[in-house]
Amino acid sequence: MPIFDFLRAESNRHTASSAGQVVPDSARCVQCGICTYNCPIGIDVRRYAWAGEAVVNSRCLTCGECIARCPRGVLRFEQTDLFVETAR
Amino acid sequence: MTRYVILGTGVAGVAAAEAIRVDASAEIIMVGDDPHGYYSRPGLAYYLTGEMLEKHLFPFNTKDFAQLKVRYVRGHAKQILRETHQVEIEGAGLLHYDKLLIAVGAQALRLSIPGAELEGVAKLDSMEDARRILQLAKKARRAIVIGGGITALELVEGLVSRNVKVTYLLRGDRYWNNVLDEHESRIIEGRLKEEGVELIFHAEALEISGRKGHIEALRLLDGRTLKCDFVAYAIGIQPRLELAQNAALAMDRGILVNEFLQTNDADIYAAGDVAQIYDPLSGRSVLDSLWGPARLQGFVAGKNMSGGRHAYIKAVPFNVTRLAGLTTTIIGTVGRGRDEDIVGIARGDSETFRALPEALETESNFDVNHLRLVVGQKTLLGAVLMGDQSLSVPLQKMIIASADISSIRPTLLEGKQPIADVLIRFWQEWRQHDSRA
Ligand SMILES: Cc1cc2nc3c(=O)[nH]c(=O)nc-3n(C[C@H](O)[C@H](O)[C@H](O)COP(=O)(O)OP(=O)(O)OC[C@H]3O[C@@H](n4cnc5c(N)ncnc54)[C@H](O)[C@@H]3O)c2cc1C
Ligand code: SF4
Ligand code: SF4
Repeated sequence: MPIFDFLRAESNRHTASSAGQVVPDSARCVQCGICTYNCPIGIDVRRYAWAGEAVVNSRCLTCGECIARCPRGVLRFEQTDLFVETAR
Repeated sequence: MTRYVILGTGVAGVAAAEAIRVDASAEIIMVGDDPHGYYSRPGLAYYLTGEMLEKHLFPFNTKDFAQLKVRYVRGHAKQILRETHQVEIEGAGLLHYDKLLIAVGAQALRLSIPGAELEGVAKLDSMEDARRILQLAKKARRAIVIGGGITALELVEGLVSRNVKVTYLLRGDRYWNNVLDEHESRIIEGRLKEEGVELIFHAEALEISGRKGHIEALRLLDGRTLKCDFVAYAIGIQPRLELAQNAALAMDRGILVNEFLQTNDADIYAAGDVAQIYDPLSGRSVLDSLWGPARLQGFVAGKNMSGGRHAYIKAVPFNVTRLAGLTTTIIGTVGRGRDEDIVGIARGDSETFRALPEALETESNFDVNHLRLVVGQKTLLGAVLMGDQSLSVPLQKMIIASADISSIRPTLLEGKQPIADVLIRFWQEWRQHDSRA
C-alpha cells in the first residue's frame, strides 16, 4: 500500500462521525468551489472532490451544508466501512 | 530529463501536469495566455449571479502549483515547429519540447452581424469576459441575449440577478430544441417568464446600432427594432485549431486523436475541448465541451506522454446543470438534429446527446419535477431529469453500465405506473447485484 493511502486510512479511523462522511463523486464536479465557500468552518471540500476522497477532517460537523449547496449533486453522506471498524 | 510542454492552463492542462508529475524528475512547462490562469469555467455562471466571488473560483493556489513543480510561462503560443520540436511563444521566444500537449480549449463563436464590435456586446468564455459583463451590467438597463444552450441561460440569469431587464431572442419556436423535448423547453421558458424575462421566438438579429460606441437598439429581420443598451450572446463554440492547422496536424472539427490521445505526430497529444475523440457509442469522432471529460482526457494524455499506455474510453456523457433555476441532469442520448440557436456545439454540451437512434421514449411529470427516458431494446440510452434529483445518480450508473432493463421495459413504456417509481424499485434491486452500482 502506498504510504499516502496508509496515512489516509489511519486518519479515517478516528474521524468518521456517527452521521458518516461526506463523499464526492468526482466525475460530476466542476470545481466551482460553492461547497468550500459555504462550509461554516472553512473546510476546503472542493479539494476532496478533486481528489475523489471522502472529507476526512475531524472538525467536520456533518452539517450537510456543502451537500445541500453543491449545484451538481457531487456530494453525499456515506456510512463508511472504516467507521464500522472503529465501532467494533 | 524529459521536457513536457503543455499548451493551455485549463482543466485538461492541469490534469495532465498532475499525471506527468508522478515522475519526479520530469520538467513540466505550462504555457497559457489567460491572465487568470486556471479557474472553474463552469463556475463563472455563479460569479455572474453573485453566488460566488471571483477569488473563490480558483481551485489551485500558488502552493499547489509549486508542489506540482510546473514552470509557468505566460504567453500565447503562436506556432508549433514540428521538425525542431519547438513552440513559438509570443513575447517569449522559442521553447523546446520533447512531448507536447495541446489543451487550448474552445472559444465562443463570434457574432457576425453589423454592430457586433460595439462596446456593450459581450460573450462568456473567460474570467475577463465575466468581469466585463458585470461591469457593463452596472450601467445597463435593458439587455438582449442571443443564442442557445446552457451558456445563453447563464447570461440571462446573471443579468436578471443584477436587475437588468432581459429580452431573450430565439431563432426557432422553442429553447434548446435538439437536446430537450418540447415539454422540457416549455418548462424552462415558463420559468424564465416568471423571472420577468421576455422571450421572442422566430427572432433573427440583423443589426446592432449605436452612437459613440454605445448600443442603442437591435433590429430584427422582421423589421422590429428593440431598444437596448447591452447585448450578450452564446451562439456556439469552436475548438481553437490555429496551432494544429499551421503545424499540419490531422484535424476535422477538432484535433483528431487516437485512443491514447495522440495526434498523427507521435510526440504531440491533444486533450479537452480542442480534441475530437472517437466515440464507441455512435461510432463517430465527436466533440464534447464538458469539464469532467476534459479532466480525464488531460490525465490520460499526461500518463501516456510520460510513458504509459492507457486508452481513453469515451464515457456516456452527462451534465448536471441549472436551467432557469431548475437543476437538470442530461445523460446519454436524448435528442436529435440541429439547434437553430447554436452553431456547432455549445458549452456543457456533447454531440452524443443528439445522436438519437431508433428508440422509444417515456415521460412523467409532476409539478416541476420531470423525467424523460430514452429506452432502447434492452437498456436505457439516455435521460433528462429536471427538478428533484434523487434519480440522478441511479440513472447515471444504470446508463453507463448499460444495465439490462428488459424486465421493466414493458412497464416503462406502458406508462400506467409512474416511471420514477418503477425505476427506483428496479435500481434498489439492481444495485444489490451489480458491482457497478
Ligand atoms: C460559461 C461556461 C459554462 C460552462 N458550463 C459547463 C457545464 O455546465 N458543465 C460542463 O461539464 N462544462 C461546462 N463548461 C465547459 C468546460 O468549462 C470546458 O469543457 C472545460 O473548461 C474544457 O477544458 P480545457 O482545458 O479543454 O479548455 P479551457 O478550459 O478552455 O482552457 C484552455 C486554456 O488555453 C488557453 N489558450 C488558448 N489558446 C492558447 C494559446 N495559443 N497559447 C496559450 N494558451 C492558450 C486559454 O486561455 C485557456 O486558459 C462551461 C464553460 C463555460 C465557459
Ligand atoms: S460545489 Fe459541487 S461542483 Fe462545486 S466544487 Fe463543490 S463538489 Fe464540485
Ligand atoms: S458537512 Fe458541513 S462542516 Fe462538513 S465539510 Fe460539509 S459544510 Fe463543512
